[in-house]
Amino acid sequence: MGRVRALLGTTAVRLSALYLVLFAICAVALVFYVTALSDRMLREETQRSVADELRAISTVYRGAGVAGLVRVIDRRSRRPGANLYIIAAPAGDIIAGNVAAIQPGVIDAEGWTTVPFKYQRFGDANEGEHFALAQIIFLPNGMRLLVGRDIGEPEQIRGLVRQALVLALAIMFVGAVAIWYFVGRRALKRIDHLSEASKKIMAGDLSQRLPMGGSGDEFDRLSLSLNSMLDRIGKLNEGLRQVSDNIAHDLKTPLTRLRNRAEAALVGKHDESGYRKTLEEMIAESDQLIGTFNALLMISRVEAGSMVAEMSEVDLSRLACDATELYEPLAEEAGVLLTHEIAAGVKVKGNRELLAQSLSNLIDNAIKYVDGGDPATIVVKVTGGPGGVELSVSDNGPGIPESRREDVVKRFVRLDASRTKPGTGLGLSLVDAVAHLHSGWLELSATDAHNSAMPGLTATIHLPGGA
Amino acid sequence: MPPMLDTARCVAERQACEPRDKPGKTAHMKILIIEDDLETAAYLSKAFREAGITVDHASDGDSGYFLASENSYGVLVVDRMLPKRDGLSIISSLRAKGDDTPALILSALGQVDDRVTGLRAGGDDYLTKPYAFSELLARVEILGRRKGGRDTETVYRVGDLELDRLSHEVRRAGQPIPLQPREYRLLEYLMKNAGQVVTRTMLLEHVWDYHFDPQTNVIDVHVSRLRAKIEKDFGEPLLRTIRGAGYMMKAEG
Repeated sequence: MGRVRALLGTTAVRLSALYLVLFAICAVALVFYVTALSDRMLREETQRSVADELRAISTVYRGAGVAGLVRVIDRRSRRPGANLYIIAAPAGDIIAGNVAAIQPGVIDAEGWTTVPFKYQRFGDANEGEHFALAQIIFLPNGMRLLVGRDIGEPEQIRGLVRQALVLALAIMFVGAVAIWYFVGRRALKRIDHLSEASKKIMAGDLSQRLPMGGSGDEFDRLSLSLNSMLDRIGKLNEGLRQVSDNIAHDLKTPLTRLRNRAEAALVGKHDESGYRKTLEEMIAESDQLIGTFNALLMISRVEAGSMVAEMSEVDLSRLACDATELYEPLAEEAGVLLTHEIAAGVKVKGNRELLAQSLSNLIDNAIKYVDGGDPATIVVKVTGGPGGVELSVSDNGPGIPESRREDVVKRFVRLDASRTKPGTGLGLSLVDAVAHLHSGWLELSATDAHNSAMPGLTATIHLPGGA
Repeated sequence: MPPMLDTARCVAERQACEPRDKPGKTAHMKILIIEDDLETAAYLSKAFREAGITVDHASDGDSGYFLASENSYGVLVVDRMLPKRDGLSIISSLRAKGDDTPALILSALGQVDDRVTGLRAGGDDYLTKPYAFSELLARVEILGRRKGGRDTETVYRVGDLELDRLSHEVRRAGQPIPLQPREYRLLEYLMKNAGQVVTRTMLLEHVWDYHFDPQTNVIDVHVSRLRAKIEKDFGEPLLRTIRGAGYMMKAEG
């Protein structure tokens, strides 16, 4: 019972029911139209043959008068057929013809009868009624002539047509119900499969995917898009898991350090300036922790793509000039030559803040790790074309060995194992995430691959062109 | 999470190294803190009072809105997430009534788009938790003074240093000092807020329009370059470094 109800509830069934109703309405309309049409044709046929008869009879009447008329009617009445003939006296009594009785009043009006009338033939008094159409003419002497034709035969034809149509309709209805049942059941089965699979996914098995029929129908398309949604969710989930792992690994260490420092200060004996120094160190340490934490949050938000707001036209050339100018004094102080080759008017659609921060991270990294170049030089470059936009920072320092280039983009990975330089190990991860958010990518390569001692590093953010 | 507790140090230091150029310049300022975390609120109230600022406190959105509507404050410090009524709606309701008391939004949400929504709701400044108290104090002081506004002045003067905002010329003791455009803007911002502590993040925000922390302290280098230009060869130092907070241009006059 529940199954039937479920079946009736499917979209396929509802749609086919709607079609069926529409079709039935059309079919009934067709039946009426066909019947009305055949009715008219048959009536016209009747009228034509009656008119032919009258023409023949009136020729005889004009030649031989009433006597001839009676003779010819008499003769014709004896022939078998569907024709009716009556000659009646002015009072209405039947004088000659092949009709035993006629519906009263029919013979009192001249011209075509508007509706079929009842009559009885000789010899079939008990056989019920016949219907006919006729033309009545009043002769100059007051006598009446009726010539008509039985319409039993047309009625029969009409009945047949109607029957055939009803039968056809019934067959179609049965067919529709059958198709309806199978289509609906098939749809139901597919949906059952889908919901079964999604129940498994809901239960926590995110590796499950929805089944595909392979026919590429709407169910497959639905499964396909749900599956890619699941892929995306899986990736986000993975990212989230990674972040919590990272937090566990890389935030616990400094937190422990912080705690130890507080504990050491508590148990040790210090003068006021000693305490102050410890507190200052602890503040610096927590600042660093907070910085790391913020950077982590930012990366996962950018990676999740939730920061899609505020994408606007960004003048990349201007942004690069500003960033270069911001870091130029710092570079100079570090003894690094910071130059730029920036094409004018390169624009992209993006988030200015994130792009600026990415470029800052790249320049900052370059200043930190360029040492060894002679003279240490950093070049900020912007090139733009219809094929795409490139924003790069090159240095002539020791660079990154090819085998490690993929690693350094990962969170918390720092090549400087001793970690003597300040940094969170998150800078390049953010740049990479920002590049992806802008439908681009981050490429790390050697600035001068032929110089094996100091190949340098070029970090390039490739972005789709055109703002 | 309470903010970093370096208030005592920074306030003490400012009082020590700052002979109150303008005595009581913030003494009359009264601010309203709308913050639901009582520990944070108590800490902030104490620290602001030590800095000479009178504080009212509301611990939920409704009473905060009531106090802000009924009284006149120099600055509103509004937490973004509050019980009963959120911080942004308080600010936008006040703005809708024509109340333009400067408002600083405190929020744990610190991404670019969060800040933009905060400012669109009518906030004048946005600070992400956790923050150093020195940062909050500097921003509140500047917001509180902004009501008077120096935007209409065409010449800023500090001692014998002069900055002409129309011709973009800078002179000290009558001698022109050539500056790069960015150095000019840096000096303009410092002089506009003369007598106030200006933090590094504020400089990044107002002079470079960057709202992120560039890790390495790029700002210090810019400031020391500027300082070399405006102070080398001249007598009295005008631009002071406030430890643990930022910079301060000597008060005008």
